[in-house]
Amino acid sequence: MIFGQLLVGLINGSFYALMALGFAVIFGLLGIINIAQGTFYMLGAFGAWMLLNYAGIGYWPALILSPLAAGLLGMALEKTLISRMYKLDHIYGLLLTFGLFMFIMGTFIWLFQTAGRPYPVPDALRGGWNLGFMFMPKYRGWVVLVSLVTCFATWYAIEKTALGRTLRAATENPMLTRAFGINVPALLTFGFGVGVALAGLAGVLAGPIYTVSPLMGGELVIVVFAIVVVGGMQSILGAIVVGLAFGVIEGFTKVFYPQGANLVIFIIMFLVLLVKPAGLFGYQK
Amino acid sequence: MAEARSLQIENLHAYYGDSHVLHGVSLDVKPGEVVTILGRNGAGKTTTLRAVMGLIERRTGSIRISGDEVIAATPEKIARHGLGYVPEERGIYATLDVTENLLLPPKINDHGMALDDIYRLFPNLHERRRSPGTKLSGGEQQMLAIARVLRTGASLFLLDEPTEGLAPVIVQQIGRAIELMKSQGNTIVLVEQNFRFASRIADRHYVMERGRIIDMIPGAEVASRQTQIQQYLGI
Repeated sequence: MIFGQLLVGLINGSFYALMALGFAVIFGLLGIINIAQGTFYMLGAFGAWMLLNYAGIGYWPALILSPLAAGLLGMALEKTLISRMYKLDHIYGLLLTFGLFMFIMGTFIWLFQTAGRPYPVPDALRGGWNLGFMFMPKYRGWVVLVSLVTCFATWYAIEKTALGRTLRAATENPMLTRAFGINVPALLTFGFGVGVALAGLAGVLAGPIYTVSPLMGGELVIVVFAIVVVGGMQSILGAIVVGLAFGVIEGFTKVFYPQGANLVIFIIMFLVLLVKPAGLFGYQK
Repeated sequence: MAEARSLQIENLHAYYGDSHVLHGVSLDVKPGEVVTILGRNGAGKTTTLRAVMGLIERRTGSIRISGDEVIAATPEKIARHGLGYVPEERGIYATLDVTENLLLPPKINDHGMALDDIYRLFPNLHERRRSPGTKLSGGEQQMLAIARVLRTGASLFLLDEPTEGLAPVIVQQIGRAIELMKSQGNTIVLVEQNFRFASRIADRHYVMERGRIIDMIPGAEVASRQTQIQQYLGI
């Protein structure tokens, strides 16, 4: 029972971490509170579903293609819409992405209705392992693995590479970074694409576990927002660690006090904000 | 043909929001020259440098770098004309360590200094190469801000108050770095409050007041025009 809930928590945490990571990259770099992050998660899942049902393209190519398509869509949206928000207060970016969320979700409900569509687990990941104390479905182990590897790779790229160095500089002081000859507007487009692609990847991974529906991801954003606030709005590490931790904490709360499972993360958020307003891993500017 | 100019500013106007801060600034700098911009606080010295870098959005007039018009260019394009900018606030990144700060500006050409040579020039920076940029002392941060633009191959440097608030021994070290830059044939525009420091290394001095250039003093006339300079600077 405990291990089962721990696993469920770890799975949820994997999705939280991927989503929060994308959200933190976008907020850090663009200062945009991307309420549409859950929509891109839904688009990632639908991308995979459409590839399979309309083109016969299976899970493995979709795992790359669908996030890539989401990322490209994100870059197009940044170029045409999001980039107009940078000089305005954060609230306008939030309102714009809220509008995008309503518009895209509405379009998909119109096209596909709200009923969930199943997405099959790929053959290679069917079945599971009996670990003695619990049964571990292979696909769930795979989701945790992909999420951890992607999170680590993203963290590494941002903290340890030349591109990451440039991204961090552009996050901290965009105008000065431009004065060093770095094309920050292009970096912002790229960064938004990466953040959206991470949500798309989470969506593809989620397809076989949940069902694919236009409504998926909507409420995820609320939790993701809490994660990023607790982790520190721009902190990559904070998004990953707190994302995984929240999944697990939620899982444990379900065992010991099921009524509190949905509430516990917001209580944590409240307490963290009281003690460390910049978040656990954030820094005050 | 007219004499070559590294930097030629003509009738530059600049605005912060609704306030009009530069009122037709004109100045020019020849290749290899060190020129200072002097003046009291709020005269528009920093704004002039920021406008050259494209960091002030509303600007009109003409700014030419080695003959190329850049008045409407973006900061990243302007930087790639071979400018190295050391801002007044130093602009050291807290989320980058010292080496990362140094490696941040992309190379424009292959004429810049190698990282090892930069570390030889500023041994303190080498010692602290793994520290986050803003954990350095004020003097070290200023060295880092200058060192950072030496790598790129820039040949026109805009230095905004590089000695402000620093101990005399550090001022000397920064003076040596600027002299080295000059001896390598670079062009330097220096905004400076410390006139004694400025007069030692500069070829000419522009004096600014209320967003305008009001005088130009060649280095040779500094001694004979002391009283006037003191008046300008309000010393």
